[in-house]
Amino acid sequence: MSDQNTFLLDGEEIAFTPGQTIMQAARAAGKYIPHLCWHPEFKPHGSCKLCTVKVNGRFASACTTAAAAGLEVENRTAELDDKRRTMLQLLFIEGNHFCPSCEKSGNCLLQATAYELEMLTPHFDHFYPDRPVDASHPDVMLDFNRCILCSLCVQASELVDKKCVFVMGGRGMKGRKIIINSESGRLADTDFSVDDRAASICPVGVILKKRVGFAVPYGQRTYDKAPVSIVETEAAK
Amino acid sequence: MNEQETIAAVLERHNHDGTRLMQILRETQEALGWLAPETITAISKGIGWPRAKVEGTAAFYSFFHLRPRGKYCVLWSDNITDRMLGNRELMQRLCEKLWLEPGRLSEDGLVFVNTTSCTGMCDQGPALLVNYRAVTRMTIDRVDEMAELIRNQVPLAEWPAEWFRVEDNIRRKDALLDHGLVPGEALAAAFARGPQALIEEIKASGLRGRGGAGFSTGLKWEYCRAAPGEAHYVVCNADEGEPGTFKDRVLLTSYADLVFEGMTLAGYAVGAQKGLMYLRGEYRYLKEALESVLARRRSEGLLGRRILDQDFDFDIEIHLGAGAYVCGEESALIESLEGKPGRPRIRPPFPVTCGYLNQPTAVNNVETLAAACLVAAKGGAWYAKLGTAKSAGTKLLSVSGDVERPGIYEYPFGVSVRQVLEDAGAKNCVQGVQVSGPSGVTLSANELERRICFEDIPTAGAFMVFDCTRDMFEVARNFAHFFAHESCGFCTPCRVGTQVVARLMDKLATNHGSPYDIDELFKMHRLMQGASHCGLGNSACNPIFDTLTKFRPAYEKRLKSLDYEPAFDLDAALSQARQMTGRDDAAAHLLNVE
Amino acid sequence: MSEKKKLRVATTSLAGCFGCHMSFLDIDERLIDLLELIEFDRTPLTDIKHCGPCDLGIIEGGVCNAENVHVLREFRKNCKVLIAMGACAVNGGLPAQRNHLDLRDILEVVYETEGSLAKGAHIPNDPELPLPLNKVHPIHEVVKVDYFLPGCPPSGDAIWKFLTDLIAGRTPHLGHGLLHYD
Repeated sequence: MSDQNTFLLDGEEIAFTPGQTIMQAARAAGKYIPHLCWHPEFKPHGSCKLCTVKVNGRFASACTTAAAAGLEVENRTAELDDKRRTMLQLLFIEGNHFCPSCEKSGNCLLQATAYELEMLTPHFDHFYPDRPVDASHPDVMLDFNRCILCSLCVQASELVDKKCVFVMGGRGMKGRKIIINSESGRLADTDFSVDDRAASICPVGVILKKRVGFAVPYGQRTYDKAPVSIVETEAAK
Repeated sequence: MNEQETIAAVLERHNHDGTRLMQILRETQEALGWLAPETITAISKGIGWPRAKVEGTAAFYSFFHLRPRGKYCVLWSDNITDRMLGNRELMQRLCEKLWLEPGRLSEDGLVFVNTTSCTGMCDQGPALLVNYRAVTRMTIDRVDEMAELIRNQVPLAEWPAEWFRVEDNIRRKDALLDHGLVPGEALAAAFARGPQALIEEIKASGLRGRGGAGFSTGLKWEYCRAAPGEAHYVVCNADEGEPGTFKDRVLLTSYADLVFEGMTLAGYAVGAQKGLMYLRGEYRYLKEALESVLARRRSEGLLGRRILDQDFDFDIEIHLGAGAYVCGEESALIESLEGKPGRPRIRPPFPVTCGYLNQPTAVNNVETLAAACLVAAKGGAWYAKLGTAKSAGTKLLSVSGDVERPGIYEYPFGVSVRQVLEDAGAKNCVQGVQVSGPSGVTLSANELERRICFEDIPTAGAFMVFDCTRDMFEVARNFAHFFAHESCGFCTPCRVGTQVVARLMDKLATNHGSPYDIDELFKMHRLMQGASHCGLGNSACNPIFDTLTKFRPAYEKRLKSLDYEPAFDLDAALSQARQMTGRDDAAAHLLNVE
Repeated sequence: MSEKKKLRVATTSLAGCFGCHMSFLDIDERLIDLLELIEFDRTPLTDIKHCGPCDLGIIEGGVCNAENVHVLREFRKNCKVLIAMGACAVNGGLPAQRNHLDLRDILEVVYETEGSLAKGAHIPNDPELPLPLNKVHPIHEVVKVDYFLPGCPPSGDAIWKFLTDLIAGRTPHLGHGLLHYD
């Protein structure tokens, strides 16, 4: 391997192939950079900002920044983890995240990342927004109380399923939301199917398949067994 | 024409082209009043887009309505300068006269009254938009008369023309506003040199972007020209949304030839055949006049095929925005031009290589393009002598607030803040000056020797003056709400952060604040500056940070105690239960502090 | 050598289900070790009605009515260190699930709509009853809170780890497995 294609991540040399982002190269090297809206199968969205790192002293998103020779990247520093924890808190107070009644608990990337970063409190005052639940579809329900606006379902539906069932629209915290592709706004009135890629992409508990929620009980789920940093690096191998 | 025919005609006019969605939505709404669910469906079928994408775009912009907005939609400009001129009291009076609440359609579906972000009339406020037509200099008498006109359902065309008069208020002219050029003069000079030499001339002039960022215009054109693509584009950023700025409005009103000629120059330089002007929705009233200038230039051979008999074709089209400050960011503007929500793109790639329709695109500010004409006609060396070493040329300032003579002032770069204040007739003692709008810098009276130039204070042109009777905390709070309203919502720190900041400022404003809350504001500043996706989030806390640093007592005097304070009013939180039970005993009340 | 002074601890449940207190008892025989280090003031375990000066105050439950506010303030005033224990105290929890509804609508549906309570019921207005707040709030939205111990409920092990850390003078640290929101 050429020495030229490496950069430093928290002082450790990481090899990359040209065209890779910092996130991709780090993951390939078994290093965990916290993230929510990034998914290895999809193009980076860059919105959650959990993967904010410092590249040569400047803040940047690891998922959208190209790896380049000689970069010095800070990742799991106290300063950055502190910012990440604050952003997690902002996400928790923005929506209605009530883990004890959520069937995604234990498999939820938001929750697992908050555990990883030892978020003990939402800290800020909650907004308690009034968001809808859509149970119209026979096989899938939507609970937007938990949406973190990552857009993974948007990408999956458009690029993999070729359907555009979900589109991100509106502006700002009060307006931005997933728009369902039907005049009624109901999922049942779209061509959405439980077999769609978009049906199993949600990192939190918005898009839920009906009748299988508790097949695996609390306590025995993905992030119950191991923290997200371990799960992610194992998955990359 | 029925509704279907109206929609069909609009779609036909735009060739069923989805990238023209903004114009399709606006024209449809102008005809039908609002965008009903079936209207959205019809448009999506017409352009062959998924319905949710059309709704997603419509839902993004403040000026598109997915619910009925009545026959009269009155939106009060809510910049701090409008507030200082009493807009809130006037709006309240209008609402009382019309028996309605701000933000809610009247029971009879006739009228809707609310606030909107700065409409760019700060030198002649309080201002408003009625059915998206600009009205200036509102007074109590005008409010009373307006309420009558609305109640009697008098068509807008019969309202007093005087209300719609917009003044230029040019107070000081320099090289640009006294340009002395005739239409075509700059183009002829450019054609004599050739495109490459024109770029060299612009580079030699030291001309930098007037939108505030100050990137070298010559370099931008050079990069764009060199970038490979099927077509190249020129975009004029006329989305003058920074509260307190109105100089582009004046250029577009009285110097439109210069701006269009600058676009044509840019097209010649970068090898484009098409130019797009993105005009903010608040300036809708300028569209017809601008179209007629374009028509005249076409008839004079200054636009269209073989301009001035050269082997160069170029034409310009005007696109209207629809109330979204973030579209002033160039990549968000391009998204909007393509019919999408104005969400800033991930950069790189930059627009010069991958812009409009993913083609190389030069996006320039109105004033930059106008100034380019001066360089083309009079030479780079001549222009470079104006201003300071790193800030060549002149700058238009939009001066408003507590001054005797608000309006447009053109100065060579390097002018001191004190000079501007003297020329504009600053009233009383000056307490603070907000330069370059909410995303710019708040100056205190200790900093009046500072200079307007890229070496010291760069600016897009806003210059708002606050005398010693003003409350600098309220200035910052107004800006905090502006950013919360205008955040596109894409990234976490800006989307939620701007709301948290606005809420903290409200908590302080209602005297529920404590030193903890001030610490929280600093914490949000540290997070948002750096972690946000674009300039909006990165600069949204600037006025908070500046006023906390320079006007700390304005915050401290509002603190209720040094102890932690709840954000909400505990006694008010029992109001619904009191109402439902009819209780009013001592136990049915709570004090916020014991 | 004089005996080391025991930490005085008060606990209460506001808008909670006492599940966190039950979980507290799940530290089982370690309770005896704990009682070597602490003594209880006001708590459901002692039946002391009002809180005196304490070293630690542990609050279960969120704030849903006027009485909760008074009790919480009594704790804040008397406790050097205040701990939010469990989901409801930390983020409102189950009771806060009513927050997207209007309180007036809730009272009306429960007391005045046919098919709910017995015919003839009305919204209770007895001054003995604390009035409900428009919204349910986590305790940190009403008073300053020093530590947070999430979980619904936090496990006995988590409570034990948290308290022993704190009593020993360490900033409490819950690792993987002990930190849970559900």
